Amino acid sequence: MVKELDVRGLSCPLPVVKTKKALEEMESGELHVVIERAEGCQNVKRFAESQGCKVIVNESDGLFTIHIHKEQTSTSVSPKQSKDAVLITSDVLGTGDRQLGEILMKAFLNTLWDAEPRPARLLFLNDGVRLTTEGSDVLDSLRLLEDAGVEIFSCGTCLDYYQLKDKLKVGSVTNMYDTVDTLLSSAKVIKI
Amino acid sequence: MEGLPVMTDPNLIIGMERSEDAGVYKLSDELAIVQTVDFFTPIVDDPYQFGQIAVANSLSDVYAKGGKPLTAMNIVCFPVKTMDISVLRDILKGGLDKMLEAGVILVGGHSVEDNELKYGLSVTGTIHPSKVIRNTGCRPGDKLILTKPLGVGIINTALKGEMAERSAVDKAVRCMSTLNKKASELMQISGVNACTDVTGFGLIGHACEMIEDTGVGIIINANDVPYFPEARELAEMGLVPGGTHRNREYRKAMVKISEDLPVYINDILFDPQTSGGLLISLPSGNASALLSALHNGGVDDAAIIGEIVDEPRGKIIVR
Repeated sequence: MVKELDVRGLSCPLPVVKTKKALEEMESGELHVVIERAEGCQNVKRFAESQGCKVIVNESDGLFTIHIHKEQTSTSVSPKQSKDAVLITSDVLGTGDRQLGEILMKAFLNTLWDAEPRPARLLFLNDGVRLTTEGSDVLDSLRLLEDAGVEIFSCGTCLDYYQLKDKLKVGSVTNMYDTVDTLLSSAKVIKI
Repeated sequence: MEGLPVMTDPNLIIGMERSEDAGVYKLSDELAIVQTVDFFTPIVDDPYQFGQIAVANSLSDVYAKGGKPLTAMNIVCFPVKTMDISVLRDILKGGLDKMLEAGVILVGGHSVEDNELKYGLSVTGTIHPSKVIRNTGCRPGDKLILTKPLGVGIINTALKGEMAERSAVDKAVRCMSTLNKKASELMQISGVNACTDVTGFGLIGHACEMIEDTGVGIIINANDVPYFPEARELAEMGLVPGGTHRNREYRKAMVKISEDLPVYINDILFDPQTSGGLLISLPSGNASALLSALHNGGVDDAAIIGEIVDEPRGKIIVR
């Protein structure tokens, strides 16, 4: 099915904004944008191309029709960061040999950086806080994630209990109120 | 004003004949006044920030002439019936704080009811009649210095479309609310041949005004022109203000831009600026000294972006 979008008479940046909304609303397929100004046409074309779509422009009688083809795989319209949270309650990944668990946890956090979209938040609870404090060997991976915009929180009660409060090396301290709020408001929570 | 008579006066140093930034009128052999007025609709959401930007923008014309702004009057258009009066208070507070920073005294103002909010200033400054810096007077061999990065028009357009990152908007706001005071004071010490400020016509548009109908041309090195990296990203997404295309169309006969340069650079060169930097033409021998003085004085993004040449006269080459 072809979706039609008429942006005649609209000034910049509205044609681009409307095109963005229309593309976000469709998973794949054809979007035809009608516009009367050449520069607006250029802007819409550029936007669609920057989102990984194929674009063809037809001009007739001073009117431009921009044919935009969106593939299912052109995901760049979606944000680079999801609304998901990862809840980490241990300093190792999985149960079994402790050394293997450490290796897996390290690999997991390194791989998160490459994930698209990355989670919005990492929550460290119970033994998990050993990963965000002095002596952890995943601090560099966590700092990279933090630099990329992933929020990192450690449970304050847990830090107190293990007497690690002054040894927190990455992210910030959170309380149970915010933890519950994050768990309930995230699109998806993945417990590790 | 086209078609209407031009007024003349023996004491008028800068009038309306050329596209100058401000008017200058001689009072005595030692003293002249510089006058300018500017007001516009909001470009950012925060009223206090808008007030700051409007004032930095209005004062800039006096700074570009090498003058010292002394007094100002507020110009306000406000939709009293539909907008909370606290918005206006915040705008005026932002404006006042910026005037304090500049050492300018607010002496009055005028407001009218209007459907669309507008704010700006009428500014009066002083200058020595023989020290007025015009927008013409570039000499072959001069270097061109630009004191602020380009791209705020693109970022403002993205902001309007709710497609700009907060960090990009913050950078643009900081840039637009920065006074050209320091840059102006340093250029006066250095000695320069011409200056203007970069605003609505974009870098190229205002550079064109500097050389139009004169015997010189300009070469701009695109790689040296400072701009916000976010502006590149947004321009590549098509978030280019309508003014960019009009600016380009209007000056196309005077400008030759290398086809090897990417499209986003072309957009950035014509991007309409609000409260943009000073564009200074000065003897090549003074250029690096002024540049380091600017950097030491906190004008961090200042850069030498090109030079004045004999040929091609009246043209700008971007390479």
